[in-house]
Amino acid sequence: MKEKLEQLKNEARDALGGANTAPALESLRIKYLGKKGEITAILKQMGSLSAEERPIVGQLANKIREDIECAISEKATELETAALLERLVSEAIDVTIPGKLCSVGRRHPTNIVLDEVKDIFIGMGFEIAEGPEVELSVYDFDKLNIPTTHPAREWTDTFYITEDESVHLRCQTSPVQVRVMEKQRPPIRIISPGRVYRKDEVDASHSPMFHQIEGLVIDKGVTMGDLKGTLNLVVSKLYGENTKTRFRPHHFPFTEPSCEVDVQCVVCGGNGCRTCKQSGWLELLGAGVVHPKVLAGCGIDPDEYSGFAFGIGLDRMTMLRFGIDDLRLLFENDLRFLTQF
Amino acid sequence: MNISRQWLSDYTNITASAQEYEDAMTMSGSKVEATYEPSEEIKNVVAGHVLSIERLPDSDHLWVCQIDVGKDAPLQIVTGADNVKAGDMVPVALHKSRLPGNVKIEKGKIRGVKSEGMLCSLTELKLDLGDFPYASEDGIFIMQEDCKPGDDIRPIIGADDSIVEFEITSNRPDCMSVIGLARESAVTFGTELTIPEPTVKGSGGDIKELLSIEIDNYALCPRYTGRMVKNIKIEPSPKWMRRRLRAAGLRPINNIVDITNYVMLEYGQPMHAFDYSCLDGGKIIVRTAAQGEHMNTLDGTERTLTPDMLVIADGNKPVGIAGVMGGESSEITENTKYAVFESANFNGVSIRRTATALNLRTDASSKFEKGLDIENTLPAVERACELVELLGAGEVVDGIIDIREKHFTPTTLKLEHEKINKLLGTDIDQAFMVATLEKLGFKIDGDTVAVPSWRSDIEHFSDLAEEVARFYGYDVIEPSLHNGTHSGGFTSKQIAERKITGLCRAMGYTEICTYSFVGQTDYDKVALPKDSNLRKGVTILNPLGEDTSIMRTTSLPSMLDALATNWGHRNPEAKLYEMAMIYLDIGEALPDERPILTLGGYGKCDFFEIKGVCETIFREMRVRDVRFTAEKNNPSYHPGRTAAIYSGQTLLGVVGQVHPTVVKNYGISDAFSAQIDFLAMLSCMDEEISYKQLPRFPAITRDIAVVCDLSVTAADLIECIRGSGGGLLRETTLFDVYTGDQVSEGKKSMAFSLKLRSDEQTLTDDYADEMIKNVLDALKTQFDADIR
Repeated sequence: MKEKLEQLKNEARDALGGANTAPALESLRIKYLGKKGEITAILKQMGSLSAEERPIVGQLANKIREDIECAISEKATELETAALLERLVSEAIDVTIPGKLCSVGRRHPTNIVLDEVKDIFIGMGFEIAEGPEVELSVYDFDKLNIPTTHPAREWTDTFYITEDESVHLRCQTSPVQVRVMEKQRPPIRIISPGRVYRKDEVDASHSPMFHQIEGLVIDKGVTMGDLKGTLNLVVSKLYGENTKTRFRPHHFPFTEPSCEVDVQCVVCGGNGCRTCKQSGWLELLGAGVVHPKVLAGCGIDPDEYSGFAFGIGLDRMTMLRFGIDDLRLLFENDLRFLTQF
Repeated sequence: MNISRQWLSDYTNITASAQEYEDAMTMSGSKVEATYEPSEEIKNVVAGHVLSIERLPDSDHLWVCQIDVGKDAPLQIVTGADNVKAGDMVPVALHKSRLPGNVKIEKGKIRGVKSEGMLCSLTELKLDLGDFPYASEDGIFIMQEDCKPGDDIRPIIGADDSIVEFEITSNRPDCMSVIGLARESAVTFGTELTIPEPTVKGSGGDIKELLSIEIDNYALCPRYTGRMVKNIKIEPSPKWMRRRLRAAGLRPINNIVDITNYVMLEYGQPMHAFDYSCLDGGKIIVRTAAQGEHMNTLDGTERTLTPDMLVIADGNKPVGIAGVMGGESSEITENTKYAVFESANFNGVSIRRTATALNLRTDASSKFEKGLDIENTLPAVERACELVELLGAGEVVDGIIDIREKHFTPTTLKLEHEKINKLLGTDIDQAFMVATLEKLGFKIDGDTVAVPSWRSDIEHFSDLAEEVARFYGYDVIEPSLHNGTHSGGFTSKQIAERKITGLCRAMGYTEICTYSFVGQTDYDKVALPKDSNLRKGVTILNPLGEDTSIMRTTSLPSMLDALATNWGHRNPEAKLYEMAMIYLDIGEALPDERPILTLGGYGKCDFFEIKGVCETIFREMRVRDVRFTAEKNNPSYHPGRTAAIYSGQTLLGVVGQVHPTVVKNYGISDAFSAQIDFLAMLSCMDEEISYKQLPRFPAITRDIAVVCDLSVTAADLIECIRGSGGGLLRETTLFDVYTGDQVSEGKKSMAFSLKLRSDEQTLTDDYADEMIKNVLDALKTQFDADIR
């Protein structure tokens, strides 16, 4: 009986070696280990053995069953691995074929730049203030210290809504400052971006509608030095840490002292090029210390509070940023243009 | 404003290089746009004496000259010009020389004959007859200047000057003059400023016996100063004067006219000269024009005047439009013997309006309109008379007529040194402030500052702070950051706007930016009825054109324009959005400005695509209880493919296929659009998000299909299913709509997937069967819908 078991073991081993498919393997399992399998058949004959032999043969039989089980399981793993490898090879694809792109819309270039500016100021503790585009002249002119005889008030320059000139399309976002100052006690830190209107015919650098970002800071003890520090910080965030600025005296009715702020030309780095007309500088914004008359006109005591204001031409900034040479492109809404950003 | 550096040096001696000068002046507030240096354009060109000239053998148009250029041996130069003869003094461009326009001259051979340079014409030196009236326009410039062979040509022709172009801000008309800029330069560079007082010798007589001056309107003409010149000899003004005028961009005319222009540039006071013999009654009357009065101005144009225009008249007629342009009738001619110099002060606004109304902006009007120094009229007229005597252009009649209503009283301010430092964030000492202001012409007595007459822009202590800061240096002021904690940040509305526009882009829509104004024809194009309230908007009284004359009350025309633009550029598909205002007249001073989210598309777009975009936005923005109802009455949209959008009872907007006749007006085949009121939507948003426990028991899903009339809507059925399904019906999803052979005519089949779930227990099939039965019964009762 022992010999029979040993023989069975060798026979099974040989058979497994030739089993190369899962069904073949399964039929071998049934043949040797099944309920009606060969090992069971042998074990059924155990009764004919002596009491001494029976445990020995039983042990041997179990050992051989385990060996065969183990061999079958090893063979099964081997077959699975081979099958997987074969599948992986057959499933190979050309990974250089382009993927399926999601169609995503684009932000308008002006708003890309505006978002950046907003985020910088929000990070500095500012808020975004909004105000009407159809505005009272009181807010857009009178309270900004713009005399009644100022050329900006002429019908050739400003779009009027009423004959008595009391309502017009705002020609700057500065009236929002006035509205905020009237409503809110200092400290005030706002920027007010938005659409503004001036009676300019459309050409490569003019548009009757364009965008400004106006800023205002009012608190106790705000100085011209703070104006410089704040705007320097903004410029360094927009154009890089080492971008130089230049504050030049200028004139605006609602600030005094006033200045224009130039930044080192972003195109040539200050060496002189066509964009900066060889000067190495680009005019970025107008700014100044809020005129005490303006503060007083809005009910803020100029002896207690001071502040500064600034205005940025967003469209020009956008053009410089992306190298756009014609303002009209920003309002034409051609997807061939808009999808570049 | 273009000014010659040499002219400036009459008043203050500045040795800075062009670049240094540009930088320093720009930083002290007189922005330099550019510097032109003719001397840079000309190199190695000298005066040469023609020793001999003879025909080049075998040539009928070339000559060979021997020219003395101050060297040991004469140069041989070949020229084609016919006006040169031995003994002439000519400009010679030597070997390796440069002429304006970056022209380089080298020696060479012409027809085998050596030529060691070139003889120059006026044009080649960038000159013309205005510079040297005696020269020939075509040939070589035969010089009558005082020079010797070998002399550098540049000082001889005046090309050794630099011309500086300034951009002067509107508050500084005083800087639109040589003296004004000399003053700024002197303070900027710390140099001495010398303004000599003009002295006039006079020649007897009395102006008052010849002339009377009268001002009718002091508001428009606060001061008028006149002097007279007799025995005038009209001739070209001297070279130095012509050169300075030309540097400033003015054309020299004759000595008398040139003097008035010269003084205008030098003193910033526009002047005019009248031919006295043409003034009827020996009178000058400053008055407003009569309605319809006519006159011919110096440019030969007949002008029709209105009563708001100020004129200079004689006893009978206007002889000049005050501050704008003189009249033809009293023009200085070569026959003029007696002239009146006018040096007056006019109201700037009046001059500006007159110049604009006549479309006649002149050098004079552009100065007057800024508001000029009332104290300047007298020194200017004196300077003009001084120049008359200097040039020998005539004899100055004794006496001055100077009419004004009141005397000038200077503005006084307090010099608050601490306050200025506090505003600037500086520590500038008082002595610097005083010194700076005094150099600028302010008179300081203790802490009282008297503002000079030419600085009407200074009216407040902050103006003094700017004067101090300009010369202390804006660049020297230490940058600082103001302390103090402040809570900034976006408002919830601003955050929502960012989120919504972000969603639009995520779904393939690109942002556009359209004009806020439209025209009535745009409303026609979107088929707004003539009596539509939307046609009654805010109207611009002075628009650029009809098409930009109304603040839009609907965003649809702008969107369709943008779609049409892309259609026109053959962009195969377009999906666009804009978040921008419409302007609704609400009967108050200002309109209601409402931000509208507008979506538009053609190409790969259909009703359910664009509706889906809206629904996604509503879902993501947590807009409550959104409903779409068929909208048949919007004239701009397809009556069968448009829905009004509600949240509860609040109308949010409209979505649909644009009406076929409307898209035709825009030349597009099909377009879809949605207009959503952003603020209405904001008011319907659930702001709080609260967590709901995850389901603990499995859900049961049952699908049902029912057949009903075509007129029954999906919304009707869904509402019925929700109403009859009980509280455990969690989701109802329409997954198929069918019409065709399988159902009878006039009917359709709609299939829904229903999901049931309890939070208490696992539901039984019996429960589900019961619920489905209730639903089917309700559908049958309400819509006569049969299970399919």
